[in-house]
Amino acid sequence: MNSLLNMTPSVLMMVAPILIAAMGGLVSERSGVVNIALEGLMGIGAFAAATCHVLLESATPLSVWIALAVALLAGALISLIHAYASITLNADQVISGTGINLLATGGTVFLCQIIFHQERTEPYRLGMLPGAGGVYPTAYIALAVMILTWYVLYKRPFGLRLRACGEHPAAAASAGIDVRKIRYIAVMVSGALAGLAGGCLVLTQTIQYTMYTINGAGFIALAAVSFGRWLPKGVAGASLLFGAAVALAIYMVNIQALRSLPPEFFSVLPYIITIVTLVIFSGRDYAPRAAGQPFEKGGS
Amino acid sequence: MSPSGTKAVSTILDRVIASERTVSVFVVLLGFLCGTVLILAVGRNPLHMYEALIQTLTGFDLTRGTWNSRYIGEWLTASLPLILCGMSMGFAARTGLFNIGAEGQYIVGLTVAQFVALFGPRVPGLHWMLAVVAGGLAGAGWGGIVGWLKARFAVSEVVATIMLNYVAFFLSRYFTRLIPDANTYRTPAFPETATLSNRLLEDLTNGSRLNTGLFVALLACLAYWFIIERTRLGFSLRATGLNKEAARYGGIKVTKAIVVSMSIAGAFAGLAGVVVALGSFSYGRVLGGYDNYGFNGIAVALVGNSSAGGTLISGLLFGMLASAQPLMQSRQIPKEVTWIISGLVVVFISLRSGFRMLLEWRAKRAAARGERLVEGDGSE
Repeated sequence: MNSLLNMTPSVLMMVAPILIAAMGGLVSERSGVVNIALEGLMGIGAFAAATCHVLLESATPLSVWIALAVALLAGALISLIHAYASITLNADQVISGTGINLLATGGTVFLCQIIFHQERTEPYRLGMLPGAGGVYPTAYIALAVMILTWYVLYKRPFGLRLRACGEHPAAAASAGIDVRKIRYIAVMVSGALAGLAGGCLVLTQTIQYTMYTINGAGFIALAAVSFGRWLPKGVAGASLLFGAAVALAIYMVNIQALRSLPPEFFSVLPYIITIVTLVIFSGRDYAPRAAGQPFEKGGS
Repeated sequence: MSPSGTKAVSTILDRVIASERTVSVFVVLLGFLCGTVLILAVGRNPLHMYEALIQTLTGFDLTRGTWNSRYIGEWLTASLPLILCGMSMGFAARTGLFNIGAEGQYIVGLTVAQFVALFGPRVPGLHWMLAVVAGGLAGAGWGGIVGWLKARFAVSEVVATIMLNYVAFFLSRYFTRLIPDANTYRTPAFPETATLSNRLLEDLTNGSRLNTGLFVALLACLAYWFIIERTRLGFSLRATGLNKEAARYGGIKVTKAIVVSMSIAGAFAGLAGVVVALGSFSYGRVLGGYDNYGFNGIAVALVGNSSAGGTLISGLLFGMLASAQPLMQSRQIPKEVTWIISGLVVVFISLRSGFRMLLEWRAKRAAARGERLVEGDGSE
């Protein structure tokens, strides 16, 4: 039990990026746009943050925070491609998301080759420093993102409009809501959060960006959105569970009781849980009804 | 732009968008154009990229003036899994399903083939055939699960396949490491009877890794064409893809069609796994990450418009990009530019419907302007 308690900071370190990216996925899907590009956008954020931090590290103590801001902006910027394709041009959202995922790996490693003349960024000397109790500040960022997402989605008129766009865009449009504008904002928010999540991941869990840095965290976030049934509370719980599973897969060698299990057991858990819940809740409609469907304005 | 210039551009665009085939060609050219501009932008010489591509395709090294057929063999070898994974994605797409799960089905096929190679009966001729069949069936099973989840529980195949990709990956790692004398990255060597290596093909291509997988892929291509175009099954699958409700009304069992389609799609990806496992390697691998053939198969199928011939050609195209990577790197071209080109091609294809809308809007506006002109003439 003691060792489990000692693991709390590590678990939080794993949970934070997943939670932040999952909140992004939630916002996008509730507005009616499926964003399977979370994985690629996280990679772009991670690359941007790592590069920025390496270059600024010796210049300013604020380097880590600047890096996170750059990661956020980079994610938002690249997500514009997805927004333009899926909202303005009514493209297949899965295809354009897949395209961004492919582009992200190629683009980031390409830039590494240009900037650092190798297939990864230079390692930085110090990443983000943990605060009290060994907990990284990313945990507080994740908490803030979660509360803010819930507040905006459920307590602000904007959130109501956003959810309306995901459930019944035609009705929302007839009530005077600019469906496309809201979906644009939602996709860019999801891109910004995914970028931020990538930045948080790279600055706490490793010392440089490589093409293996994200390694499925974005897809786990996507799974958390489904498993959390598209509700902020549920998605937060799912992220916590999945983050813990990821952490256990890495640190289980330190825990006597778990040593007999193969490490793959915990790695595979989030994915199996997600499939099983999708099957169990298959009869009921939890997903936003219009998610994945382009909205074509009538008459124009 | 002058009015005649605008008109010329829209006529060209009209032509391009008129057929799926020209869209593909256009999109690929656009991808290469962007890649070229990118290389220029970072201060390298894009001609080196094309030299590398020519060497991959023909074996001619333009800088040294030498010829080596091995490059052609390696190009074909790299294309095989891409063609097969492209058909996996394409077959599902013809039934209206989006199979992001080729990666997982590929891994399952690869893993089962490795097991059959190490523990199967070491009879020449029979051993590798058994591995091919087992790998294909394993992929079919893995794909079939997704079809069943979709048909029975309405679970989105996009989410289910993404999840099952990772399940396949971790299960493969776990089971492969259980093999006696396996370490963290490889198993003992395969027996001679299990490999797909082919003496004739090797000699023809100056010792490349080109192997019997070539025939497996070609046969699969033929099967793909035959099932889709010439059988009742293919017809019912396509009908389901075009309009599910109409197909149901026409007496087609839609749930069954979805399961069958995903199984066949999985079989193609499973075969890709076999071809890589027993064709390109002489020992079993404990996978350290995705090989990404499954994901690139999505691009292959999109460019090939999910037809047998188209997928074959586009598989060869993407195989060329993959196979040219080391040649580019040795010419100071960052090899990742090939991934960027693939990614851009997929993004451009997703914009296709948008291009069409833009044209319609333009035509409407031009028509409106025409009317106004006529009115103006009348008032004079």
